[in-house]
Amino acid sequence: MKLPGSTGSCRFAGFTVCSFTCSRRCVQTYTMAHRDGIVKAKTRRSKRFLQSREPKLVEGQKSSMIIRGGNTSETVSQALKDVYALKKPNAVLYKRKNMVRPFDDSTALEFFSKKSDCSLFLFGSHNKKRPNNLVFGRMFDFHVLDMFELGIERFVSLRDVKTDTCPEGTKPMLVFSGELFETDREHQRLRNLLTDFFCGPRVSAVRLAGLEHVLHFTALEGKIYMRSYKVLLKKSGCRTPRIQLQDMGPSFDLVMRRSHMPSDDLYITAHKKPQVAKPKKKKNISHDAFGTRLGRLHMQKQDLDKLQTRKMKGLRKRRGGQTAETPATKAPRTDE
Amino acid sequence: MASCSIEDVLAKAERDEAEKLKGITVNKELDLEFDPGNLLAFDKNRLDTREFKDNKREDFLRSLARDNTQLLINEMWKLPTERVEEIIVAKLPDPTTPFPREKPAPKPKPPTKWEQFAKLKGIQKKKKTNLVWDDVHKEWRRRWGYKRAKDDTKEWLIEVPENADPSEDQFAKRNKAKKERVAKNEYNRLKNIARAQKINVPGMGLAPTPRQSKAELAQAVNVAKISTASVGKFQDNLPKEKTPKNTGKRRKFQPLIGDFGSEKQKQLELLKVMDSKKPRLDITKAVNKQMREEDRESAHKRKQGFGKKGRRGNMSGKGKGKGKCPSVDCCQIHKASLVKQSQYKYPTPMGRNIGHS
Repeated sequence: MKLPGSTGSCRFAGFTVCSFTCSRRCVQTYTMAHRDGIVKAKTRRSKRFLQSREPKLVEGQKSSMIIRGGNTSETVSQALKDVYALKKPNAVLYKRKNMVRPFDDSTALEFFSKKSDCSLFLFGSHNKKRPNNLVFGRMFDFHVLDMFELGIERFVSLRDVKTDTCPEGTKPMLVFSGELFETDREHQRLRNLLTDFFCGPRVSAVRLAGLEHVLHFTALEGKIYMRSYKVLLKKSGCRTPRIQLQDMGPSFDLVMRRSHMPSDDLYITAHKKPQVAKPKKKKNISHDAFGTRLGRLHMQKQDLDKLQTRKMKGLRKRRGGQTAETPATKAPRTDE
Repeated sequence: MASCSIEDVLAKAERDEAEKLKGITVNKELDLEFDPGNLLAFDKNRLDTREFKDNKREDFLRSLARDNTQLLINEMWKLPTERVEEIIVAKLPDPTTPFPREKPAPKPKPPTKWEQFAKLKGIQKKKKTNLVWDDVHKEWRRRWGYKRAKDDTKEWLIEVPENADPSEDQFAKRNKAKKERVAKNEYNRLKNIARAQKINVPGMGLAPTPRQSKAELAQAVNVAKISTASVGKFQDNLPKEKTPKNTGKRRKFQPLIGDFGSEKQKQLELLKVMDSKKPRLDITKAVNKQMREEDRESAHKRKQGFGKKGRRGNMSGKGKGKGKCPSVDCCQIHKASLVKQSQYKYPTPMGRNIGHS
């Protein structure tokens, strides 16, 4: 970081402004300078924008970017569009071809993530070796945390299923079936990633009639079947309705290919919760059933022989006995 | 008879219940794991692969999905509900699935220099009103910003103060002062950031810039010289370079926020002294000063007696031009002797000596 030097008659002076060009490194230094607070935002609007990108104590919704790779087939393009439709308000779709290889070099993905402030990504590509490839991934601090490569074997698009769909932005219900999601470590992580990807915004309350969309993932025979249904709530005898499902939306038959898992400490760092200042609990104070306030006192060990008790004149030892109590001590008021 | 009927009644009630719940009950081997906060359900049961054939695949999946969703919906309907504007809404608990964060948690910012000082002194932030009454325009205006109450820049008349140079541009002076204040503010802000991030930045004027004055360069050279392991002890000087002798602090000030007790004492003493009517005269000091004066006088007189008369004579000629007495005391003594000489009616400048020679 450079501090201002002095110019001319002014003792304190102006400072160098990093001019913003379209090169990547400059973007990095620019954003870092903004993040450090060195370059101040000039308008309220830009200040608000930068504040929204700062790390927060409690994080809001993660946005995702859907990127099209160097060469995509019809299936993959349609699949990307459908996922974008599912995730509509909090997703960006990069329609142009990007020659990126996520498993070899993830810097391009990191650059995109920094530019658009997205932490989830979905990358689709197609080549002879890996046909109809989808890579689901997550970022932590703009570096790739974990990635899973899935191949599409069968795909039914939104367009092909001619039923009415639920409104955009509904929070979907997620159901995972199959013991493979429990036993296999990779599948466990994949389950976590898919939940993170498809669960909507974090809400405190949900309208019961609005639970319309359900995404169902089944892990069977090494493949993952993703289906999307519209929920119809029918009358049943009691308060809880009976469910009927209607086919809707995209359905995928996926097969697991490569994966990139993070190291254990990176995973732990990513899960670290910030130290929220808790109010200091007053120790040694308790309340009993009646509401009385009780306290505890901690005393040093006392020598019971030398304890200062009431003096009973009659019990006092006579003639050279132990009168450790000096005449300075007051005589008790009450008569014994 | 009665007992039978009671049993019958209970059995009938149970059957009725079962009938009611028939629609929504689902039988599963293992219970599902729920996370209502995320609307998530996880079914660990083993899936029957026999039913999973090509033509029946979708149906199998759909029925499985229906069962699992039914269980999840049952779980959702157990949550506490409330009515928000005629809509029944279920309050969701906190999500239990741990997700990794997007960005690392923000670190608490260390306090700035002013904040530290304010905390130490106990200065509280005073909430200021947004609008201030402007007498000139007779309306409420902002405290700062566009169309503010007291706007210096909009003044078309500035009185020239008495002790100022009449040819100085007061408007330019005001602008320059403002620029200095802004630059100083910026400098302090950046220093705060540097302190927060624990970056060591060189002091004022030591960082290289395009234009540096002679004094700044000299300071930079001196600082560079003492920046060695032995604090510049073994650094040689350049051919014509002179080591500055007067380095170090010349005045020592008390720290700004130090011992509050002693600060209070000092200030009370000062007030006491100001209050007292007696003149502040230190007798010992005055006596010592007088004694020193007398000693000097007598010493000088002795020197005069044994001193070089010729030099004195020369001195008289050059007296008006460049010639100065070797010591200031000498002149004073001469003045003193002048006073004495006036008694002798010979008002010559050099007094007795000339008379002698």
